[in-house]
Amino acid sequence: MLSNLGNILLFLNVILSLSIIYSANKNLKISGEVDKNIFQLSLIQSTSIIICFFVLIAAFIISDFSLITVYQNSHSLKPLFYKIAGTWGNHEGSLLLWAIILSIFSFLFLVYNKNHPKKFRLLTLIIQNILILGFLFFILFNSNPFSKISPIPSEGLGLNPILQDPALAIHPPLLYVGFVGASIYFSAAIASLITNYSEKSFSLSIKNWVLISWCFQTLGILVGSIWAYYELGWGGFWFWDPVENASLLPWFAMTALFHSLIVFEKRNLFYFWVIILCLITFTLSVTGTFLVRSGILNSVHTFASDPTRGIYILIFLSLMIFGSIFLLFQKYKKGNYDLNRNSKETFILVNNWFMMFYLITVLLGTIYPIFTDALTDNKISVGPPFYNAIIFPVVVVFLLFMALGPKAKWIKNKFENIRIYFLILTGAIGFNLAIIFFFKSYSLLSNFIIISALFLIISSLMDIAKALKKNKLDFARIISHTSFGFLVLFIGLNDIFSLEKDYNIKLGETKKFENYSIQLQNLDLKNYKNYQAVIGKLEIKNINSNQTNILNPEIRIYDKPKTLTYEAAIKSSLIKDYYLTMSNIDRSDYYNIKFQKKPLMAWIWISVIMIVVGGSIRLFSNEKNN
Amino acid sequence: MKKIIKIIILFIFLFVIGVFYISLTRDTNYNTSSLINKEVPEFKIISFDNLNFYTRDDIKKNNYTLINFWASWCAPCKIEHPLLMRLSQSKNLFIIGINFKDKTIQAETFLNELGNPYNVLAKDVNGKQSVRFGVFGIPESILINNDLMIIKKFVGPLSNEDYNTIINIIK
Repeated sequence: MLSNLGNILLFLNVILSLSIIYSANKNLKISGEVDKNIFQLSLIQSTSIIICFFVLIAAFIISDFSLITVYQNSHSLKPLFYKIAGTWGNHEGSLLLWAIILSIFSFLFLVYNKNHPKKFRLLTLIIQNILILGFLFFILFNSNPFSKISPIPSEGLGLNPILQDPALAIHPPLLYVGFVGASIYFSAAIASLITNYSEKSFSLSIKNWVLISWCFQTLGILVGSIWAYYELGWGGFWFWDPVENASLLPWFAMTALFHSLIVFEKRNLFYFWVIILCLITFTLSVTGTFLVRSGILNSVHTFASDPTRGIYILIFLSLMIFGSIFLLFQKYKKGNYDLNRNSKETFILVNNWFMMFYLITVLLGTIYPIFTDALTDNKISVGPPFYNAIIFPVVVVFLLFMALGPKAKWIKNKFENIRIYFLILTGAIGFNLAIIFFFKSYSLLSNFIIISALFLIISSLMDIAKALKKNKLDFARIISHTSFGFLVLFIGLNDIFSLEKDYNIKLGETKKFENYSIQLQNLDLKNYKNYQAVIGKLEIKNINSNQTNILNPEIRIYDKPKTLTYEAAIKSSLIKDYYLTMSNIDRSDYYNIKFQKKPLMAWIWISVIMIVVGGSIRLFSNEKNN
Repeated sequence: MKKIIKIIILFIFLFVIGVFYISLTRDTNYNTSSLINKEVPEFKIISFDNLNFYTRDDIKKNNYTLINFWASWCAPCKIEHPLLMRLSQSKNLFIIGINFKDKTIQAETFLNELGNPYNVLAKDVNGKQSVRFGVFGIPESILINNDLMIIKKFVGPLSNEDYNTIINIIK
C-alpha cells in the first residue's frame, strides 16, 4: 500500500515539474508579474515531495519489508530513532532527500526574490525544475525507494551498526542542504547568463543562498568529523578519505564564491568569475555524488554499488558540464580585471586563488587513483602525507593574507602603521616561544603554522577595538576569521601535544608511562536490545596531580547484521580528551588497549561552530538590511 | 588563441568524463586470477631481523615456494597456521612468510606460541611490497615454481582442500 502511494506521489511530482516548466515558459512571453499559478504549483510540488518522504519514513517505522529499501536497511528490533534515521541512511532514501531540498529551495527562491527581473526568476525556476526532473527520473527508474519485493521477507537485514549513531543521523541531511542547496545558484547562474542579468543586484539574489548552503555544508562536515573521531576508533578526525574530500571540494568553491560576491556587489567586478564559481560548486557536488554512489572509489562510506547508477549520474553530470560550458563560451566577455595591486579587491582575489589551489590539490588527490587505475592498471592510493605536505605549508601564507586582507580599503589601499603588524608578529612569535619554553619544542613548519595562526587571531581581535571606535563593527567577518585562526591553532597544538600508547593488558594489571598509570580493573558483559557488549573498566591516573578518571571502552557484538565493533571511551574536558579503545586478542586473556591523550579537541569543534556562527550572523544581517 | 583555450577546456572535461566512464565499466571486483601462470614480479623485501634482503633469485633455488602473507593481528591467519606447520614438514616446499603491517614484538610472540613454519621470514611494515603480489587482504598465499611462475593463489586462510592441492602439486 505504502509502495503504491509513494510511487503515485513521485509520479505526481514529475507532472508538477513538467507543468511548472510549461507555465513558467508560457509566462515568460507575457509582461506583468509572475503568474500566481506558478507559486501555487511550486508550493504543491514541495508539499507533495515532503509527503512522499513521510510515506517512506512511515514504511521504515512500521517495518514494511515489502519495500526492498526497508528490507535492506532496517530491522524490526531497531530503536525507533534509528528506524527513522535509516530513511536517509541509504542510497534511495537519500536521493529522495535530494529531491526535497531541490524542490523547497526552488520554491523559496521564487518567493524571496520578488525584486529581481521576472525573466531571470522564471528561468531559474525552469532550470531548477529540469534538475528536479533529472533526479525524479533517476529515483523512479533506477533507485526507487518504493520498489517492492516478493515474497515479503519476515525480517529486515538491519543497518550497519557503525551507522547507528545520533551524529550520523543528522550528518547526511546537513550535508545535503549544503550540497543540494548549491543547485539553486547553479540554476540562477545559468538564468543570469541567458537573460544577460549581470548587474550588481544579481549578487543580492544569490548571496544568502550561498551562505545558507555554506553554513550547512560546514556543519555537515563537522558532524561527520566528530562521528569519525569517536566511532572509528583511532582518535583522528580527518582522514582525507575520498568521500570526505568530496564534501570538502564544494566547500572550497562556496567559500571562494561568497568572498567574490562581496567584490561583485561592491565594485561590479568579477561577474564571470562569480558565475563560474556558481557552476563549479554544484558540478562538484554532483561529481562527489557520482564518485560516492557509483562505487568506483573505495572508502569507509560504502554504498552498495550498481554500475547503471553511475552511468545515469555520469550522463546527468556531462549534460550539466557541457551545457554550462557552451553557454559560458557563448556569453563570455572579457571583464575588467584592472585592479590596484594593493586593494581589498586584490586581497579577496588572493583568497580565491588559495581556495582554488586547495580545491585543485584535493581534487587531484581524490581522482588521481581513479585515473591511474583506469589508464595504467596501477592501483595506488593517495593518503594523508600528500595532503599534509601540500596543504599545510601553504596555510601559513594563507593565514597571513587572511589577517591583512580585511583591513585593506577598496580601490586603493595604503598600509598605514606597518609598525603595528610588526608588533602583532612579534607578539605571535612571543606566544609561540612561550609555548615552546613552558611545554616542548616542535618542528619548524609547526612553528610557522602556530605563529601565523596567532598573527591572524591577534590582528582580528585588534580589529574589534578599532571598529568599536568607529562604531562600524563587522562581527560576522571578525568571528569567522578569528575562529578560523583558532581552528588552525588548535589543530596544530593538538597534533603537537598528542600522546599515544599501546599495551596488551590483563585484568588487574597496571601499566605506567610518563606521569600516568593505567589499570584494567574490571570486565563486564551486558546485553542490550540489538547487541551484546564487553565493557572494560579502566582507571587512568595522573600521578602528578593524583587525579583519576574511569573510562569504559566497549567491544560490541551486534546481531543484525552480525558485526563486531569497538567503541572508544572518551573523557572530554575543555583542556584535553582521554581516548581509549580496547580490543580482544584471540585465545588469550590479554586485551589490547590504545590510550591517547588529545589536548584541546573540544576547542577544535567549538572553533568550527564559531565559524558557522559568523556565517549565520552575516546571513541575518543581510536579511535585516534588505 | 581564444579558440585554442576553448578546445583545451572542452578536451579536459571530455577526458575526465571519459576516464570516469572507463572506470565505471571496468570490473571493480578485484580479481587476481589473472596473476596465475604469470611470472612473479621483481621484488626486494627485507628480512624480519632487518639483516638481509630477499629477491626473486631466492625463489629460483627451490622446487616450489609458497609465499604466505600474515600478521599477528589477523584472526584467520591463526586458523590456517596449523596447516602451514604441516606444510613446513614437506621437503619439496620452501615457505616464505611475509609479516604484513605488524609490530615486531607481537609477531614474535605469535610465532613463539604457535610455532614457526617459515624457512625464511620477511616483513612488509607498510604493506607496499605486498601490493606487487596483488595482495589486498591477508592471509594470502602464492605458490610459485622454480621457473618463477605463479601456479596458484589462495585468497583467505588455507583450507584442508587447499592443503591437499598444494601437497599434490609439489609431490
